Amino acid sequence: MSSYSSLAEAVRRLVLKQTVREILFTVIIAVVLNGVALGLHVWRDYWEPVLLINFVLLVVVAESVGELVPIRFKPLYDRALAFGFPAIILLCWEGLVNAGVLNARWFPAPSSILEALWDLTVNYDRFNKSSLLGRPWLIPQEWNSNGMDGIKALFRESHVYATLSRVMLGFTFGSLPGILIGMAMGMNATVRNMLDMTLSALYVLPKIAIFPIMMLLFPDPFGEGPKIAVVAISAFFLVTISTMAGVQQIDPVLIQAGRNYGANRWQMFRHVILPGALPMIFSGLRLALGTGLIVIVAIEFVRAKIGVGRVILYYWEILSTAKMYAGLFVTMILGVTLTYGLQLIERLVIPWQRK
Amino acid sequence: MRPKIVARNVVKTYKSKDGDILAIDDFSLEVAEGEFVCIVGPSGCGKSTFLRILAGLTPLTAGTVDIARDAKAQKPLNSMVFQEYAIYPWKTVRDNVAFGLEMRGVSKHTRYVIAEDWLKRVGLLKFANYYPHQLSGGMKQRVSIARALANDPEVLLMDEPLGALDAQMRTVLQGELLNLWEIDRKTVVYITHSIDEAILLGDRVIVMTAHPGKIKMEFTIEIPRPRMIETMSTPEFALQKGIIWEALKDEVARVYGEQL
Ligand SMILES: Nc1ncnc2c1ncn2[C@@H]1O[C@H](COP(=O)(O)OP(=O)(O)OP(=O)(O)O)[C@@H](O)[C@H]1O
Ligand SMILES: [Mg+2]
Repeated sequence: MSSYSSLAEAVRRLVLKQTVREILFTVIIAVVLNGVALGLHVWRDYWEPVLLINFVLLVVVAESVGELVPIRFKPLYDRALAFGFPAIILLCWEGLVNAGVLNARWFPAPSSILEALWDLTVNYDRFNKSSLLGRPWLIPQEWNSNGMDGIKALFRESHVYATLSRVMLGFTFGSLPGILIGMAMGMNATVRNMLDMTLSALYVLPKIAIFPIMMLLFPDPFGEGPKIAVVAISAFFLVTISTMAGVQQIDPVLIQAGRNYGANRWQMFRHVILPGALPMIFSGLRLALGTGLIVIVAIEFVRAKIGVGRVILYYWEILSTAKMYAGLFVTMILGVTLTYGLQLIERLVIPWQRK
Repeated sequence: MRPKIVARNVVKTYKSKDGDILAIDDFSLEVAEGEFVCIVGPSGCGKSTFLRILAGLTPLTAGTVDIARDAKAQKPLNSMVFQEYAIYPWKTVRDNVAFGLEMRGVSKHTRYVIAEDWLKRVGLLKFANYYPHQLSGGMKQRVSIARALANDPEVLLMDEPLGALDAQMRTVLQGELLNLWEIDRKTVVYITHSIDEAILLGDRVIVMTAHPGKIKMEFTIEIPRPRMIETMSTPEFALQKGIIWEALKDEVARVYGEQL
């Protein structure tokens, strides 16, 4: 037993030693290769293949290091990779701008983007009568001097609030009927036959294309109505179609079991159909939320006084690229936050999902 | 006395793109109140189809099926143990077992007491709060059995209920089924592909022909009750087994012959 374990120990040491040697070897190759490439201007003239080779070497090193990490710290290491890689990219970006390789005009350094983001957050834009977050630190002061109206005015000047409320309202107004109609289509062949083809045809239509129709339909074409409506319609199709598919993929034997054990119509819906379709409904909701954000940014490009899409376009127009990137960054944060929020809800609603 | 289950000249064809599939051809069966009938037959001969017809889950093409309802009993007419388990991935083991009771409006407290009692008997009490994806195939099958028994129906329809279990667990549950059945002697139609199991459990064993399924032969098992697992090692058991295998083997050979 003990001789066996000491043998295992010896093998482990050997493997460790070999891995360490591998890492050193790879790092040396990388340094030499890049030195030569730099010297011969290969980096300048053929930067794509060199970049690819560097990436491959990086993966090799990261993987070898992963072998050295004790099992206990493996999740931590995986997380470090997930955050470390973009961090390296950002650092390289910063370095390349400072070295003058990248033009700071079109690709401002991450640090100046961050600065621009801070600027946008704390300052009120007098010309556009807006601010990024609506200056929440002014809430107590506004409440004391102007009451509710003051707070409403703060919300109204916020780009993030405008975009977020459009997405959320559109998402809600689109998803709820989507779930209902998708359910009806899944459970009833007549409803399905009537709607399926039409929905599939409308589904492929880029939703932004119906924005003009929505502007005609609403009394205030430049108000919130048409924007929310387009988000709602995009969400509706995605949710309807995945809900229907979710109902249809339920194993028929589960429905037979429901009948055999005496479930009435309502019980069949409540205990079999709805929970059976929920995972697919949620994947529809996830798609709808992501698409909603895409659609709303596109609409804000076209016609909006306020909203993060407007921020991006406006600062492009006045060639304030750092602020434009800040707008993109905010959009990204919005997307990540919304998706994460939905994931939390999903975990609460579908506790049986295997993890 | 009127039999509990009467199936007369049952025919079932499935419609499909390449023409109709005749699954069951002229199948007649009577089951007395309190009788335990086992059906054996080669794979694909229509056993599950017949059971679904008895349960009223599949419409039949021709013939009649009738289960006499006992108006006094106030019980569900039949409960099925599905070959595919058919337990709900979104319900815990406890809620799955209590499913039939819940559908009938039994209060939460009462149905959980009953469900946990059955979980104890099938050896799954510890897993009451688990979801099915955390269980093995054999455990799921036991949940499915417990669900049917907890529902306490007039007639039990069981489609290869021990099919996914390992040999040991199978033997244990065969013994348990015998004990349970002795308590209230329910009417049972039981499908199995094990002749041993059919003889051990059944008052009667029906051998079906290969596809399309008909009754090939019927055997009344005279081995006295109460039976136990040890009954399987008696000479009369071996004799009975030899006779039934003689009837079944041609059919099995036919199925494999056709498939080769
Ligand atoms: N829903 C269906 N549609 C079309 N054909 C079916 C359907 N269900 C069963 N069949 C056909 O009917 C025949 C009998 O099927 P069944 O499931 O009743 O067999 P079985 O005796 O239970 O087999 P096994 O022992 O393998 O479970 C098979 O040939 C099968 O292909
Ligand atoms: Mg079957």
